[in-house]
Amino acid sequence: MSDERTLDLLEAKIQELRELNKADGLELSAEISKLERKLAQLRTELYANLGDWERVRIARNPKRPYSLDYIGEVFSGFYELHGDRLGGDDRALITGLAELDGRRVVIIAQQKGRDPAENKERYFGMVRPQGYHKAVRIMRLAERFGFPIISLIDTPGAYPGLESEEKNIGGAIASSILSMLEIEVPTIAVIIGEGGSGGAVAIGAADRLLMLENAIFSVISPEGAAAILWKSKERVKEAAVALKLTAPDLLNLGVIDEVIPEPLGGAHKDVSQVMAAFKESLVRNLADLGEKSVQELLTQRYERYRKIGRYNTLSD
Amino acid sequence: MTIFKDKQYFRVNLEKEADEALWLRCKSCGELVFKKRVRENNNICPNCGEYFFLTARERIESLIDEESFEDVSKPIVADDPLGFQDEKPYPQRLEEAQEKTGLPSAIILASASISKIPVVIGVMEFQFIGGSMGSVMGEQICHGMEEAIERRCPFVLVSSSGGARMQEGAFALLQMVKTTAVRARLAKERLPFISVMTYPTTGGVQASIASLGDIIIAEKGAMIGFAGRRVIKETIAEELPKNFQTEAFALEHGMIDRVARREELRSELAAVLGFFQEGTR
Repeated sequence: MSDERTLDLLEAKIQELRELNKADGLELSAEISKLERKLAQLRTELYANLGDWERVRIARNPKRPYSLDYIGEVFSGFYELHGDRLGGDDRALITGLAELDGRRVVIIAQQKGRDPAENKERYFGMVRPQGYHKAVRIMRLAERFGFPIISLIDTPGAYPGLESEEKNIGGAIASSILSMLEIEVPTIAVIIGEGGSGGAVAIGAADRLLMLENAIFSVISPEGAAAILWKSKERVKEAAVALKLTAPDLLNLGVIDEVIPEPLGGAHKDVSQVMAAFKESLVRNLADLGEKSVQELLTQRYERYRKIGRYNTLSD
Repeated sequence: MTIFKDKQYFRVNLEKEADEALWLRCKSCGELVFKKRVRENNNICPNCGEYFFLTARERIESLIDEESFEDVSKPIVADDPLGFQDEKPYPQRLEEAQEKTGLPSAIILASASISKIPVVIGVMEFQFIGGSMGSVMGEQICHGMEEAIERRCPFVLVSSSGGARMQEGAFALLQMVKTTAVRARLAKERLPFISVMTYPTTGGVQASIASLGDIIIAEKGAMIGFAGRRVIKETIAEELPKNFQTEAFALEHGMIDRVARREELRSELAAVLGFFQEGTR
């Protein structure tokens, strides 16, 4: 099976032929259409059979739309709110007010950087305690005024470092989970890229958990699992398969509610297409949750998480 | 998984097993010490005060009133929802862990009393796949809190865990949410939750249920934190202080209420539980 690079090369060649055809009036149209059909077929084959490791690579692809891209395209009037009011403002987790299809919502989102400078500022999307403190503050704000919460997840994980540990990153994640569960407004979480472990769950304990088709959600990175369980960093592909971290796998296992389709090859291949699908799903889920009373919402949220897990029951 | 179909769930009791070794060598002072004396001394070296590792059985015995133990766990054992296989198939790891520890899972859940105060107490077994939290541990912790609500008594959880169980993938990860959800119910019922952190309380356990105690007591010698040294070094190559993630570090940085020596843990628990007990003052 061809890889993505070969197909990109083939596409470039076809483009060259097209230009030749136009410039020199050579009669290549029939050949070009044939090649185009072949290319489309090869692409379909390649992406329809995406391996789990390839999906991990797509989820981490730096060309992929990030939270701010969705916020700018799908929502209107984003008004960012800063700070945890305790001395910090984590740029890896952004929060703010916005409208979705005319409805007021509050956004909590993990944001990666587009270039080295921005990544330095945003810690590659790895959230520190001040980020989760800010998230909790904004959840309370949303609850006070009855705004639904949309949380966008895209993080390799919470930031692992001395600074994080000194500020009790574990405790901050725990508090954020607790707030997500207690908050008396509808909550929707969408994993748009990487859903890395506790750092993702902290803002993921929502009424609806959605995933983009090529996003991943995992208890540990494939690299981490390979190092610990296989004692070899080379075994990432096996680890990626074993962890069942893809959206279709997690839908099958009943962990998530819905997969938002992506264009062939990933969200970055046709951004407007994925934005439309994202918006449709969000609007529909929000309308659905909006019909529930607070009591229904909280009961159903509780039941959802109370029953999660798989085990065998035996007789005493 | 058929391999589990014949697996026996069994009730845990605290009956002593025949113990072959008479002597132990302390890894700290190097002395040969009489094992019986070590056991009677909360697994603390009578010569130098070093702590020997406590199994979950030994731990629970060291904390509760004699003869008060009653296993109240649900009769459940792990499934293999992902069909996980690394160097070994997950079911084989589970079986080995059961054989090694004599426990059906990585947690003991009991109703007991501490200084005559009835409690539901969960104690994690680190030797059972690193005390990792999978679906069974998550369910037992929730069941324990529900039992506490039923019996109108406090819940005590003694953590000894590396975090979420990787072999159960997202199911393990979401036990963080599940245990937190039931913890919120316990709070609504105004029943105290005392979290005891021992060596080690890390990863997904520290980042959920263990950090949500009304009172958090760490045992001296505990390791407390989210990301381990190795992960931090590999991700950001940062130099870490010598006391990193010790109980003293956790106390200094406001992560816990108190530190207790092993021999004081029982009396500290009794005192705290006594304070919360209804109708005593």
